[in-house]
Parts: sequence; structure tokens; C-alpha cells
Amino acid sequence: MEEILKQYKTTTLEQVTTWYEAAKVSDFPKDGGACIKYKGKQIAVFNFDRIGKWYACQNLCPHKMEMVLSRGMIGDDKGTPKVACPLHKKTFSLEDGTNLNGDIDAIATYPVKIEGDKVLVGFSN
Amino acid sequence: MKNIIVIGNGMVGYKFCEKLANHPNYKSFKLTVFGEEPRRAYDRVHLSEFYDGKTAEDLSMSSATWYNENNIDLHVSEMITEIDRTNKTVANHRGEKYSYDILVLATGSSAFVPPIDGVDKEGVFVYRTIEDLEATEAYAKKLKAAGKTEAAVLGGGLLGLEAANAVKNLGLNAHVVEFAPRLMPRQLDKGASDMLQSKIESLGLKVHLSKQTQFIQGSKAIEGLQYVDGTELKVDMLVVSAGIRPRDAVARECGLEIGTRGGIVVNQKMQTSDENIYAIGECALLNSMIYGLVAPGYDMAEVVVDQITGTNSTMPEYIDMSTQLKLIGTEVASFGDALNDAKEEVDEITYVNKRNGIYKKINVTKDGKKLLGGILVGDSSDYNSLFQIYSNGMKLPEEPEDLILGSRGGDGGGLLGDVMDLPDDAQICSCESVTKGQICSAIESGEANNLGDVVSCTKAGTGCGGCKPMVKDLVDATLKSLGKEVKDSVCEHFDHNRQELYDLIQVKGYHSFNEVLDKHGNGGHGCELCKPLIASLMATIHANTANIEYAIQDSNDRFLANIQRNGTYSVVPRVPGGEITPQQLIDLGEIGKKYDLYTKITGGVRIDFFGATLNQLPLIWKELIDKGFESGHAYGKSLRTVKSCVGSTWCRYGMDESVSFAIELENRYRGMRSPHKIKGGVSGCIRECAEARGKDFGLIAVDGGWNLYVGGNGGATPRHAELLAEQIDNETVIKYLDRYLMFYMRTAKPLQRTAAWQERLEGGMDYLKQVIIEDTLGIAGDLEKEMQTLVNKFECEWKQAIENPEMMKRFSHFVNSDEDDDNLVFVPLREQKMPEPWK
Repeated sequence: MEEILKQYKTTTLEQVTTWYEAAKVSDFPKDGGACIKYKGKQIAVFNFDRIGKWYACQNLCPHKMEMVLSRGMIGDDKGTPKVACPLHKKTFSLEDGTNLNGDIDAIATYPVKIEGDKVLVGFSN
Repeated sequence: MKNIIVIGNGMVGYKFCEKLANHPNYKSFKLTVFGEEPRRAYDRVHLSEFYDGKTAEDLSMSSATWYNENNIDLHVSEMITEIDRTNKTVANHRGEKYSYDILVLATGSSAFVPPIDGVDKEGVFVYRTIEDLEATEAYAKKLKAAGKTEAAVLGGGLLGLEAANAVKNLGLNAHVVEFAPRLMPRQLDKGASDMLQSKIESLGLKVHLSKQTQFIQGSKAIEGLQYVDGTELKVDMLVVSAGIRPRDAVARECGLEIGTRGGIVVNQKMQTSDENIYAIGECALLNSMIYGLVAPGYDMAEVVVDQITGTNSTMPEYIDMSTQLKLIGTEVASFGDALNDAKEEVDEITYVNKRNGIYKKINVTKDGKKLLGGILVGDSSDYNSLFQIYSNGMKLPEEPEDLILGSRGGDGGGLLGDVMDLPDDAQICSCESVTKGQICSAIESGEANNLGDVVSCTKAGTGCGGCKPMVKDLVDATLKSLGKEVKDSVCEHFDHNRQELYDLIQVKGYHSFNEVLDKHGNGGHGCELCKPLIASLMATIHANTANIEYAIQDSNDRFLANIQRNGTYSVVPRVPGGEITPQQLIDLGEIGKKYDLYTKITGGVRIDFFGATLNQLPLIWKELIDKGFESGHAYGKSLRTVKSCVGSTWCRYGMDESVSFAIELENRYRGMRSPHKIKGGVSGCIRECAEARGKDFGLIAVDGGWNLYVGGNGGATPRHAELLAEQIDNETVIKYLDRYLMFYMRTAKPLQRTAAWQERLEGGMDYLKQVIIEDTLGIAGDLEKEMQTLVNKFECEWKQAIENPEMMKRFSHFVNSDEDDDNLVFVPLREQKMPEPWK
């Protein structure tokens, strides 16, 4: 499990070396998410349509190490965009990955960009 | 700057300082206080707690630094022995002089020691100060060391009983000796005294009534009491608590007017015969009376503060002596004219319960319109309400005995009805003289926002604490009236509660979450609390399935399945009433085997498959639907099962067809979204094999129809369902259930089961019956119509999903791959499998 967790490292816009073309915009629900697979990694991608932003983070919830975050509900916690894990409603900031309602380790986040109807997720290797 | 000198630092003297120091004009006074005891003022009312381990510091009225902080010059262990009214000075025992502009005498009282021969013997104590208690304690230790154990308390009044309790706490056998034929003769009648006596005797104290002591036996130390009637009581110690005497010596010597039996005479302004000298507390003779309770003393302190700061308030000519206290573990209260001292024509209503040690008496005018007074022993929980009814002259119930017996109609309402009906000047806290108006305005002005704030800014409830429940009720009711009630808004994104959102969506006809959020939200973007709630409301109001706007559905509703520990799902088809054919069992078995699903019978007696991946869910459901099954809504906040016993078709005891009816009900209410899950049960006879009374709704077949129970729950807080209607036919059951469930769906809080909802319903079961059966709100027709719409528009949401390619898109683990989650690990469990346990 620790091994799995190690695969996920927050990637900033500056660190991006590869923009992976993951799927089409229409593959994602508005104000919701879906999971993509990239080189053995599972990445949750969220279309936060209300605020016109896209977010990506690891699909793995660090609380119980299950691949479920893409199935969580998104929203905001006093203005911070967040995702709530469907298993135990642990919430994480979509901006920096921090756990907003507890002290679980932060999740890794990734940049997303939209080109036409394509959704691209940025990775650093 | 005016010099104010206070002689005496007891409770009332302290209260005077506190009230003056809090006055806006305090800056124009210089306050000097003389106390003869070595410590600053302490709570004498709770003196017996000193033997329970409380220290003098615990009992202190203020912190050690309080006088300093408030610029008060406090002199302890200093006795004022002389007042020079001409030069307006006082002098202490060392002859040091202090000038005053205004002098306040708060010298209090001393224990009255009757002139009985031998009261000066060793082992005779009074009960007044901490020093008295320390001396008594030291002597008690000596006695016990010498194997002596008997101690008497002279006086069976309020203080005497307190003293007896203290003596008992010292480990001695306490005897209460009272001259009168009953205990607390000034507050209690014979019946109340008898009840109190048996209560305290059961705790090991002995009571000796109608005993006049002639002299105290013993040579050097006390050995016993010799009564006038010739009998005697052998004791090793005596605590005298036979009443109080005002301490008026220093006032008497300077020529102030003194009552014939002592006490410094004051007018309604609490002024003595010298206009620059006031007297307050137990040293003052007001209305020709010495008031030995702390509450009137505090009022006097307030009047003097008003007088010297320029407000002309006065003491009333009649002062209420109502009291509520706990004596030796027994609640005792008396209020108003408890003993009918006015000798009016009254109706006495008495309730005596020797088994529980409860005695209640009220005096009511002959016309039954007014409460004049009363006594409560053993249970004084109604004291606050009764006192308010008495002191505000409020209307009595039609049967005045309801005041002490409770309404036997079982409406469960309080005696007073609504606390907000009390007049603004109703005194709620008599220790601190806080009125209802003061409590409510503290909140209305914004000074206080909760009970804690109210207590600290009004001091209500800080004395004896007896008024606290009423203060809380007032705080809650005031907050509620301001719309500030303990906010039950659904989350940070809305200032509305569930019921308000329900109404808004229904009235405005909103069909999307964003519409509701944009129109009625706080500017945020929703969260895992408000999204599924609004999804559920829209499903109920518009008779929708959970397939609409799936991204706002709760985790389980989004995928129409219960997410399990490893992120896989369970699959539960509906088996109405638990009736299933062998062929259906075979079909289920085949499907479970094909997808290698862990299989179990659920708590709701149907079949549950576990371990289905997101990708497998639609495949499995397609097969189930092809075999004639439909969604069991095991994942939804909706009807789960209606459990049934086999009923009269097979059972030799059955009174009715429980299975047939359970199937009908389960099919009627399937799919509808509610605040929380709903379970039903139908039993064919009172043996109750379906455990119907543990369900949200339950039916039991009886002679002549069904008994309908509602609001039951298993779970963490088990609760039996309560009877809503008896011996009703199938049609009436459905009518009432439609109304009940719809009323619950409209008004409950988010995730509130029927049991909790029903428990908190104002007016309780009676109200519920009025709404559901008698239709007092006139909404029964609407409720039935709304339910019928839900019933008519039912659609299996799994069938809906698998037939719609757009809806099917969500059932894949990846959007860019058809693969399943490759992290899933299963381990063997008996003949089946389970997820790898969490680390």
C-alpha cells in the first residue's frame, strides 16, 4: 500500500513535462468527477463547472487506501474547493490536497488544462 | 467622591458591593468594607458543603483579587465598635476612625441561643460561621476518638436540618430536636413534615418533635438533654440552630431606632432613623419583620444602591418568602401562603405518595381561579412553574388538581404552557431578582447569544440554581422568536433548514441544484451535505428517481448501490414482504455464482450480493431485471423492506394475511426518497414475529383489523413504535400511512429517522394523531395526493439506467479505459470471499 501511495506526488504547473490527453470534456459530469488511468496511476479529474475550473488529484483516499475519490462529491469549504470521499466523507482541498476535516496526509494534486473538448492532465515524468 | 462604608461582609454586604461596583456611576464613590470574620464573604447558604470537602475558598463569593480590582478597601478581622453619627465616623476595635458620607449596616445576624441552663457547657456549638464549623468538626473528631457518636441539633427549621446534615456528614448520629410538633414549622404543614421526617429518618437521622429542653445535662461537658416532659436524650454534642437574632448592638449604641425584639428599624428605602445610614439583610427590621432568606437581602442591597445613586426604588410591603431547596437529599419547596396564614376560605388539594415519598399541597381559591400557595416535598420539579402561576396570578387549568397531578389527558405539555406567556416582570431567578424581561432583552439586544451569555450577564441561575431549567426554556424560546434558534440550517451553503428548502423547491418548482443554490444559497458552491439533501427533496417533490443529476446524489444513490469497504458495491434486488419463489432463488443463485459475488441474507430478510465492481453493476442488474427483479433501494434514503411473518395463510395463529399486506405496502412505498431510510413490518398476530414495533411503521393484526404503530427503531437508540390507530381496516391503514410518511418527509430534519422526528415533534403523539387522523391542519388531502403521485410515478431506477446509454456512462471505473480497478484484492472467507482487510 505504501508503494502505491508513493506513486502520487503533487505536480505544479511549472513541473509539468507531459500533458496527457485523458478524455473529452463530455466524459465528465458537470460539478462532478471521473477517474482516468495514466501509466498505472489512477487520477481523479473534476469538472467544477460552477466556478469554471478543472482539478485533478490522486484517486486513492489516504484514509483507508481505497481508489474512490473520483466518485466523491465536490463542493466548497468556506470558499476552498474540495472533494468528499464517498467512504467516510473525509474532505480534501482540490487546490493543495490538504485534509480539511481531519489530519490525514494531504493528497497529491495535478494541473488540468482544457484544449477544445480535450481534457489534459499534467505530469512531471 | 462620596465615602461609603459598609459594616459587615456577609452575603448581603458583598452583594451590595457587587451591585455598586457594577453601577455606571461607581467612579463617584469610595467604598470601604469592614468584616469581622477573618475571610472575605462566603456562601453561608451552602455552608454544610464545607463538610463535603468544599474549602472556605470554594465557598467564597468572589475571587481573592476582586475587591482590589474594583478598588474596594476591604478590612477583614476588623470589628466596628462605634458609630459617631454627629461627626459621621466609625471606629474599629482598635479605635481607628473612618469618615463616611453614607453608612450601610450589613451586620447580619447571630445564632439565637435560647436561655437554657447549661448552654455554656463544653460540646455545645452554634451553626453560623466557618469558624463554628471548624470548632464543631474538631470536637466531633475528639468524640469519635473516644467512641462517642451521638449529636443533637436543637431546632428543626431550615437551618437546623442543614446543621443536622452537617453533623451527619461528620460521621455522628444526628438527632433533630424541635419544640414544635413538626419540622420546618414556618414552611411546612403536618403532612409535609411527616413526609420529610420519614425521608430523613430513612437516611439515618432521628427526629424528636414537641420537645422542650429544660436543661443540658453533664458536669463539664454536655451529656444529654433533659426535656420539660421528664424524658431525656443522651447526647455527646449539641449544635444550637434555633433561629437567628439580628446583630444590632452597634446600631443600638449610637441611638438608631431598634425594634422591641431587636433589628434595626428601616423604611421602604432601607433607611434607618438616620437618613445617612442604611441597614440591609438580616440585621434590618423591615415591615416589622426580619427576613432570614438571602433573596430579600439581595433585593435590599439593590434598593440601597439605587437610593445612593439617585434612583428612588423601594422594598415592597409584602415580601415573598417562597423557597426551594434540597435538604438532606430531599427536595422541599414552599411558596406563597402555604399554611393559609391569611385564614381565607380556600380549597386545599393534597397529593400524598408514601411509596415515593412525595407530598404536594396547593391552596386554591374557592372559585378555583387562583393559586395562593403550596408545599412540595420529595419532588419539587414543578416549583418554578407553580411559583410563576402563583406570583403572576395566572389562570389555572379547569381542574386545578392538574397542577400537582399533571394533566391526565396525557398531552405531556408543561404546567405553564408556553414560558413566553409569562409577563415581562415575572421574576424567574429570585436569588438574583432577574425577571423574564431581563432575560429576554439580554438576547434581544444582542448582548447575549446563548444560555451561557445570559447567565453571565444577568446572573440568573447563579444563586440556588433552581430556576435554571426555566431560564434555559426562556433563552431557547427567545432565540427561536428571533429566528436565531440553534441554527438547524443544513450546512454553510444555506441559511435554511430542510423543511424550508422543501417548501422553496415545491413552491418555486426548482429542478436543478444550481437553481436552488443560486437563488437561495449563501454564494458558495455546495457540499456533500446540501447536495444529496436537495437531490432527495427534488426526488420527493417531483417524484424523480436518483438518476436525475447524478453528481449531486449521495455516494450510494449516484451508483444505485451501496459502496463497500474496498470501493466495490453490493447488489440487493427487492423481495417484497420476503416472499420468494424457488425459481427466483435459483435465478439469484445463478447470477451470484456467475459474477463470483459474496452472498448473504440481509437483516431485512432479502438477498445481498457483495463485491460487484462499478463496471459489473449494470451487467448484473441487467440480468436481474431480465429475470423480473427490480431495485431494492438498499442504497437509498428510502423504503427498504416491509418485513412480514407468514400470517394467516399458513400460520395456525394468524389473524390476517400479513404477507399479502406487507407486499402491498412495500410495493406502494418503494422508491420514494425520504429524510432517512424507512423500514416497515407486518405481523399476523400479537406474537409479533415480524418485529413490526421495531420499525418506522408496523402493523399487528388484531381482532377487528390492524393496529398501526409508528416511529419505531432498532439501531443505536432502539425505540418501540407507538400506537397511532387501533383496529383499522387495510384501506384506513394505507390512508394513515400515506399521511404519516408524507408528513415525515415534509418536516423532518436531514437524516432524521422517524423515531427521532416523532420524539421531537412538538405536542407528541397527541399532536400527531390530530394531524394524521383528525386532520386538524387540513393537510391530509394534500399529503395523500402527494403520496399517490409518488406511487403512480414509481419507476425502477435500475431499469431506467440500463436502458439509457447516457446514464450508463457513469458505471465504469475509468473514463479512458474499460479496465476494472486493478488494486482490488480479495481473500477467501469460508466458502466465499471478502476484501483484503484494512491495515
